[in-house]
Amino acid sequence: MTSTETSKRAEHWQRTKSLMIITLSIWFVFSFVVHWFAASLNSITFFGWPLGFYMAAQGSEIVFVLTLFWFVKSQDKIDRDCGFAEED
Amino acid sequence: MIKGDFIDNLPKVYGLYTGGFLVFVLLMAILEQMGVGADTIGILFVAFTIVIYAGIGFLSRTMAVDAYYVAGRQVPAVFNGMATAADWMSGASFVAMAGGIYFGGHGYLAFVVGWTGGYILVASLMAPYLRKFGCYTVPDFIGTRYGGNLPRFLGVVVLAVASFTYVTAQINATGTIAARALQIPFEVGVWFGLLGILLCSMLGGMRAVTWTQVAQYIVLIIAYLVPVFWMSNKQGFGLIPQFVYGDAVARITELEGLHGLGTLDAVEGAKGGLKALSVPFATAGDSAMASWKFVTLVFCMMTGTASLPHILMRYFTTPSVRAARQSVAWSLMFIFLLYFTAPALATFTKLQILDPNLATGIIGKPIETVMALEWIQKWSAVDFAQIIDANADGILQLNEFFMRGDIVVLATPEIAGLPYVISGLVAAGGMAAAMSTADGLLLAIANALSHDLYYKIIDPEAETRKRLLVARFLLLCIGAAGAFVASLKLTSILGAVAWAFDFAASGLFFPIVLGIWWKRANRQGAIAGMAGGFIVGTWYLYMIRWGGMDPWLGIDHLRFAIIGMPVSLVLMIVVSLMTPEPDAETQAMVDEIRIPSGETVLGSSH
Repeated sequence: MTSTETSKRAEHWQRTKSLMIITLSIWFVFSFVVHWFAASLNSITFFGWPLGFYMAAQGSEIVFVLTLFWFVKSQDKIDRDCGFAEED
Repeated sequence: MIKGDFIDNLPKVYGLYTGGFLVFVLLMAILEQMGVGADTIGILFVAFTIVIYAGIGFLSRTMAVDAYYVAGRQVPAVFNGMATAADWMSGASFVAMAGGIYFGGHGYLAFVVGWTGGYILVASLMAPYLRKFGCYTVPDFIGTRYGGNLPRFLGVVVLAVASFTYVTAQINATGTIAARALQIPFEVGVWFGLLGILLCSMLGGMRAVTWTQVAQYIVLIIAYLVPVFWMSNKQGFGLIPQFVYGDAVARITELEGLHGLGTLDAVEGAKGGLKALSVPFATAGDSAMASWKFVTLVFCMMTGTASLPHILMRYFTTPSVRAARQSVAWSLMFIFLLYFTAPALATFTKLQILDPNLATGIIGKPIETVMALEWIQKWSAVDFAQIIDANADGILQLNEFFMRGDIVVLATPEIAGLPYVISGLVAAGGMAAAMSTADGLLLAIANALSHDLYYKIIDPEAETRKRLLVARFLLLCIGAAGAFVASLKLTSILGAVAWAFDFAASGLFFPIVLGIWWKRANRQGAIAGMAGGFIVGTWYLYMIRWGGMDPWLGIDHLRFAIIGMPVSLVLMIVVSLMTPEPDAETQAMVDEIRIPSGETVLGSSH
């Protein structure tokens, strides 16, 4: 392995790890933090829904879907930038 | 048809298939208008769809190892997303989820959050790396990454226990639906369901299961969404029900007060499995314990999602690492379509039953009138609903009406007065959901036993033909064992399903994640982590369920991974650090799976 490739690999893994941490932070907030406070959120009305109920029934799920498509795009960019994307 | 340009023609093939299915539905509607009986239509729906799946299974037959185990690694991201969604959404998701929300309200939504958010873990921590690894099964990764037969064997054990727990529930569901639609006894229905499942998977393994699962996704999503949209529009709730049920939720809270929810005494004497409403719908418990119970359930279901081998192995079938990642996002998108509809369905069904201002309302009406309703009569006859006039006032109170949760999905068409063709469609959808999950699970178990136990451990010299025959023989045996256990009716559908997640998370989550993300993780650590987490989790389940122990901190049998997982993590780290680090070759292998480009670690046929 050449030294440029070693440094490319290090950069690639560093950026991959950062992306993972950001993604899982969003995941953590919408999986646990929001629902921990569901009772308090329920006093807020969101288009007719009590907000705590809404977040569990729909809000968190929408965030998950959007996060995942964003994650896929970001990881693709990292792979391309570092020259580790697959050819096809 | 499944050769060469089949992959390029996928959108066309499945487009035609979808069109054909819609024409079939239309045809059934016409038959209904012509006076054909509801029973006949139900039979036609279930039989027709099963014949189609079996046909796809037959056309996908193969004798090639990589086609049998990983569908030749050529399933495009979007189609793999659909297949995964069908693989994922079980009979429980389809039939029981809306009913669970109906009865459990906010607390039950923890399942909805948990069963969607888990895919973030799958995409960011696991799927792309396992795809790059090039394994056929999850124990294949564990066995190669950690080396030696013991880790591989433990992986097979955890996989088999978790998947088997799950598959009996699925075969049970196919049996229930087949029994109802085809009017045969449940015990016969179970074996009939198994026959359908095996027809889809025996000849073509993963390849056949992939293409039937795509077909099953299309049926199940149409079957779930059409009745909800139709009901919503017919009852005047709104054009797109998912976006407009906020006010209905508020109205239910108001009606709950009106009907005296929480102030009425429980009425005794309901038949098994039937419940009266007792939990407020939208109100979240305002205590640390309520919040803790919610988030622990979410956590167990998410980590379980990311550890269940029948899901992870779907991402071994994509053409590239990039496609595996995209495919996880598509899976979640397709699952989301059903999961964000379930709460809307539960809400509108509840409103229709509770609201005395609606024609469909039954609570607060004279019992005589309610008893005359067709859907009440029909579902009472099969013990899905029951009315007990406890205070003998001739009026139906909230605590006097009992039903089974499954009714929310199964009886919606009738409650809202939709034509019977919709009920037939729902039966076909439920069957598709249960069959597709059962197929994925049976294949996961049989493949682990045939590839990891038989080929890798017992007889590494076995030739291809023999390997694939063993794989099919095992599939048959495990299916039969599953059907046998299901026919004994041991647990309710949902209890067993949640356990599968906890078993998988306790034994497999950290060995997989750390195998990718922590180079220092070694063989001894993995053995300790897998065995320790799995054994302690199982012990805890046994103790609180049958051993008479009180649950710690509200961690009940649905959440036992909360006990198993920390044990697995700590053991894996401590034991790994106490023993020598993995050799240079293994560390280089981990480096290799972290980048998408280049050859897979394991060859395409191994």
